[in-house]
Amino acid sequence: MRVWRFGDDIDTDAIIPGRFLTINDPAELAKHAFEGTNDAFAREVSPGDVIVAGRNFGCGSSREHAPLALKGAGIGMVIAKSFARIFYRNSINVGLLPVICPDADFIGENDSIVPNLAAGYLEASGRQLPIEPVPEFLKKIIDAGGLVSYANQLHGEDICTR
Amino acid sequence: MAKTIVEKIFSEQCGRNISAGDVVMAPVSGAMLHDITGPLAIDKFYEMGGDRVFDPAKVIMMFDHQAPADSLDAAENQKKMRIFAKEQGIYNYDIKEGVCHQVTMEKGRVSPGDIVVGGDSHTCTYGAAGAFATGIGSTDLGFVLRFGCLYFRVPETIRAEVSGRFSDLVGPKDLILKMTGDIGADGATYRAIEFCGETIERMGMAGRMTCCNMAIEMGAKAGLVPPDAVTRRWCEEYTSCTWKEFVSDPGATYHSTRSFDVSDLVPQVAVPHNVDHVVDVTAVAGTPVDQVFIGSCTNGRYEDLAEAAQVLKYRSFSNDVRVLVIPASRTEYLKALRAGIIERFVEAGALVEAPCCGPCMGGSFGLIAAGEVSFATSNRNFRGRQGSTSGEVYLGSPATATATAITGKITDPREVA
Repeated sequence: MRVWRFGDDIDTDAIIPGRFLTINDPAELAKHAFEGTNDAFAREVSPGDVIVAGRNFGCGSSREHAPLALKGAGIGMVIAKSFARIFYRNSINVGLLPVICPDADFIGENDSIVPNLAAGYLEASGRQLPIEPVPEFLKKIIDAGGLVSYANQLHGEDICTR
Repeated sequence: MAKTIVEKIFSEQCGRNISAGDVVMAPVSGAMLHDITGPLAIDKFYEMGGDRVFDPAKVIMMFDHQAPADSLDAAENQKKMRIFAKEQGIYNYDIKEGVCHQVTMEKGRVSPGDIVVGGDSHTCTYGAAGAFATGIGSTDLGFVLRFGCLYFRVPETIRAEVSGRFSDLVGPKDLILKMTGDIGADGATYRAIEFCGETIERMGMAGRMTCCNMAIEMGAKAGLVPPDAVTRRWCEEYTSCTWKEFVSDPGATYHSTRSFDVSDLVPQVAVPHNVDHVVDVTAVAGTPVDQVFIGSCTNGRYEDLAEAAQVLKYRSFSNDVRVLVIPASRTEYLKALRAGIIERFVEAGALVEAPCCGPCMGGSFGLIAAGEVSFATSNRNFRGRQGSTSGEVYLGSPATATATAITGKITDPREVA
């Protein structure tokens, strides 16, 4: 597992540039993730790698192609000090786990990271770093593996009046 | 209990008492989809067992990011959406009308008090009509098409009180850039921004749309202007618009209040590569540019083109600059055409393109090469936003963009006017 480090204000144009937005397949999108700003990423990323970023990760465009490209690259989890709202939501909806960890700076390049959402911390090479709790409603979507599976589980119920 | 506009809108739409911080399933009065995020939303609609959309009359569709289709992939995506629209009975504005946010507003598809979502982050523009409008991703949009509702965390509100009169050639874009610089790119994350005060009350719909459009650049979920006489006149132009007065109650609980006085405001410029890196135009004056883009959902309306023409007068654009003028919609294009403004741009050496997003989405046409500099009236200057990741994008008002296009370097419009 490799930790890919990014700074503050990483926008969705950087995650997947506008010219690739006609592509809807996650594996194809992954080939262009961070193209032009971090070309090593698409070349070297392996399934299970983790992104660790600063503040406001995923700001800008609502393009769901951004979390899809990361998911297609095999990224299982994005840890950031904070997230832009639409990216955070899109990630949960497509089954990519966003973790808010104010102490993300303490995560080392070679740390193995194990999230413990229920207990509210990340374990990074033996250290426990607190993470922000996820609202109950979002937990259900995360547990279902995304919004599509969640919606399909509720089939037959009156979703809108819940 | 005293409520903000946002709390009132959610309480009314959900039929119960709702406060900031609540997570609710709320009915949606309108859902907008365009050629970039629409195809994926349609896939998700079907994956969620969709057969018929919740209400075809509430679905707003048009193509603007790659319009007319600039690649085979774009053509296939648009074909897929055209077929979906026909099958579902959705009215499709197709490539005919212009940029999604301008079209949604000028066709009166939003009313005060509505909850509107769109597969585009700048959906917050419709807050100018007193609606709660927010950008969402394709899976959320597919969910809305299927069920007609969506989950929301009702946001706290930042009250932005604006006072003073703008100096000549300073306007709403300079105000919102200044505000973005002050509040920061994530200073309003998870919040709504309520724009109010005497300056906003005097502002027309075009300027209010410019302000609400850029609320997302501060991370906000929505930007709103309390519906007033200006909104009411706008609403009365459309049979589809239902007027409703929504104002925050005195004593409503705000996250915070910020005050801005525009009396001494000078033209503002966002410098590469963040929208909140904002300086007075004087700080970057003289920077040579290769391309100027006047247009977008932020500043492609008649009022913006008229402001540009006011600076241009009978001069020509610099030979060293490629000037792209793209009206935000067919309606705005016609207004400018009939006023003789389009003729002036063409005479001066601009390329006037048909209404669409143009270089703003960085994947269609009008791209910049490595090392090139663009000055644009649009809303984002992220690295690579208008083409090469080694290029640079500056953002400013139509007046500043025009002055810059005349001289070939970033120029204070007050110096050429």
